[in-house]
Amino acid sequence: MSIKGSVVVAMAVGVLAVPAGAQQSITVASWGGAYQDAQRKAWFEPAAKDLGITIKEDTTSGIADVRAQVKSGTVTWDLVQQGTNGCILLEREGNLEKLDPAVVKTDGVPADMKSDYWVANLVYSTVLAWNTKTYKDKKPKGWADMYNFKDFPGGRSMRRSPMYNLEAALIADGVDPQKLYPLDVDRAFKKMRELKPHIVSWWPSGAASAQLINDGEIDMIGLWNGRVQAVMKEGAAADLTFNQQIILADCWAIPKGAPNKAMAMKAMAHMMTPQAQARLPLYINYGPANAKAYDTGTITPEMAKGLPSSPENLKNSFTLDVKWWADNLDAVTKRFDQFIQE
Amino acid sequence: MSDGAGANAAALARAERREAQGLFLLCSPAVLLIAFVIFLPIGWLFTLSFTDEQGAFTLGHYARMLHPAYTRSFQTTLELSFLVTGICCLLGYPLAYLMSQVSKGWRAVIFVCVLFPFWTSLLVRTYAWLVLLQRRGMVNTWLQDVGLIDAPLRLVHNFTGTAIGMTQIMLPFMVLPLYAAMTSVDRDFVKAAASLGASPVKSFWQVFFPLTLPGLLAGVVLVFVLCLGFYVTPAVLGGGRVLMWSMSIERSVAVYSDWGAASALGVVLLVVTLGILWLMNRLFGVGRAIGGR
Repeated sequence: MSIKGSVVVAMAVGVLAVPAGAQQSITVASWGGAYQDAQRKAWFEPAAKDLGITIKEDTTSGIADVRAQVKSGTVTWDLVQQGTNGCILLEREGNLEKLDPAVVKTDGVPADMKSDYWVANLVYSTVLAWNTKTYKDKKPKGWADMYNFKDFPGGRSMRRSPMYNLEAALIADGVDPQKLYPLDVDRAFKKMRELKPHIVSWWPSGAASAQLINDGEIDMIGLWNGRVQAVMKEGAAADLTFNQQIILADCWAIPKGAPNKAMAMKAMAHMMTPQAQARLPLYINYGPANAKAYDTGTITPEMAKGLPSSPENLKNSFTLDVKWWADNLDAVTKRFDQFIQE
Repeated sequence: MSDGAGANAAALARAERREAQGLFLLCSPAVLLIAFVIFLPIGWLFTLSFTDEQGAFTLGHYARMLHPAYTRSFQTTLELSFLVTGICCLLGYPLAYLMSQVSKGWRAVIFVCVLFPFWTSLLVRTYAWLVLLQRRGMVNTWLQDVGLIDAPLRLVHNFTGTAIGMTQIMLPFMVLPLYAAMTSVDRDFVKAAASLGASPVKSFWQVFFPLTLPGLLAGVVLVFVLCLGFYVTPAVLGGGRVLMWSMSIERSVAVYSDWGAASALGVVLLVVTLGILWLMNRLFGVGRAIGGR
C-alpha cells in the first residue's frame, strides 16, 4: 500500500495514546502517518465521543502482524486496517472474527468490497497519468495509450509488481475491462513484451512513482491516484484520467480473539455510516467505500471530481479482483520477476 | 645457572598464562555480545529456513530458489559485485598511489575528497546520483548543451546507473586499505631496484606492486562482500530491473510475509559470502592481509 512508508512516523503517535480511564477502550491499528491522522479526525475521535469509549491507536505494517498476534494467542488489537487482499488472506486463514450483520451495516458498500469477515472502508485507485509537457494536444485516454507508442512516444513506468500490469496489458490488448478476470496470464505477459523496452523504471514504492512523474523522468505512468494528485497540487506538469482506473480498497477487520470485539463492531459500524465515510475526504485524498456518503452533502461536487469512488469516476472503472490475486500472487510474481530481469 | 633459567622460564610461562586469562576476561563482554547479536540470530535464521508455517521440517524454501526469477537475481548480484569490485580496483589503486606520493597538503585534500562522501549518508549519495544521471539530470543536460549527444542517454534506472552509484560508494573501502599498505612500503626497496638498473616500470611491477598486494586484497574482500548484500543503491538506481539478492529477501517478507523463504535466501547469501572468503583465503592468504597472523 502507498501508506506503509509512513508507519515509522506513526509509531510516535501510538505512544501518545490516551491512558485508559474507567470507560471502555478499544485498540485500533492502521497504517500510520498522514493516513491514520485523517482516520483519527474523520472517524476515531467522533466514534470515541459518540460511543463514550477510548480509542487507543497502534500501527500495522501488514498481515504478518495479525497472523503473529492470533498465532501467539496474545491479540491486542480490536480493529485492524489492511488492504483488501490482506483481508481476504486473513479470512481464508481463519484469523478473523465474523462480523455481526445486525451491528455492522454495509449496504452502501459494493459487493466486491466486503465479506462476512471484513468490509472496505476507503477507496483509492491506480490511474493513468502523464507529463503535460510531453503530451500537450492529445491526451491519453486509457491503458491502450500506455501501449500506443506511435501516438504517445516516450518513457513509461509501471509498478514493480504484476498487479495492475497484467490488467493494463489485457485492456490494451482489447479485453473488455469488465471481463478481465480470471486474467489470461500468458496473453498479458505476451503483450507486456511490447511495453518492456519503453519502461524507464518499474517503480518499487509510491514515493518513487511520485518522484518519477514529478521530475519529468517518464512521460506516462500507472500509479496510485493520491500520489499523482499530490505532485499536481505542488505544481508538477502532470495530469491523470480516472477512465479505466483500477479500483482498490483498504478494509476493516477484527483479529480472531480480539479482547473487545463487540465494542469494535460498534465502532466499525459508526465509522461505516455515510456521515462518517463522507468526512474522510475532508482530510485525505481517498474516497469513501460507502457510496451513500456522496448523498450526505458533505462532499462537494468539486471534491468528488478528485475522488476515485465518486459516482462519475466509478462509471468507467473496474475493481481489482483481490480474490484472484490472493490465489495467484505467488506464481505470477515469480514469473514477473523473471520477466523484468530477462 | 640452568636452574635459574628453568625457574625463570616457569615464571615466564605463568605470567603468560595470567596475561592470556586476563585478556580473555577483557574480551568476554565482546565475545558475549557477538554470541548474542550474531550467532544466536544466525542460528535462528538457519532454523527458520528449514521450517514451514506449521513448524515442520521442510526443504521447500530452498527448492523455490531454483526458479529463474531467483537464479537470475543471484547472477545479477554476482555480476554487479564483480564489476564494481573490478572498477574500484582500477580507480582506487592509482588514487591511493597518488595519495602516497604527493605532498602533505595535497594528501589532506585528497583524503577529504575520499572521506567526505564516506561520511555522507548512503541514501543521500544514492539520490544525488539519481539527480545527476536521470533523463533531465545534470549530466544529460550538460552533454546536450555542449552538443555531444542529441537525445538523453539512459544512465540510470538500469545496471549502468547502479554500477556507477555503487562504485562511488564503495571506493573508500578500496582506497583506505590500499593507502595504508602503500605508506608502509619501504621506499628504499624501490630505490634499490632503481640502483640495480630496473626501469621505473619494472621496479613498480616487481617491487612496489607485490608489496601492496595485501592492501589490494583487503580492499577487494571488503568491497566484494559489501556489494553482495547491497540493497539501497540498486533499489533506487536500478529502475526495478536490477534485482539483487537482498531485494529478493525484502520481497519475500514484504510481498509474501514469508519469513521462511527470506531466511533461506539469507542463509544462501551468508554461505556464498563465507565460501568466497574461504576461497580467497586459500588462493591469496587474505587472512594475513586483513590482519590475521
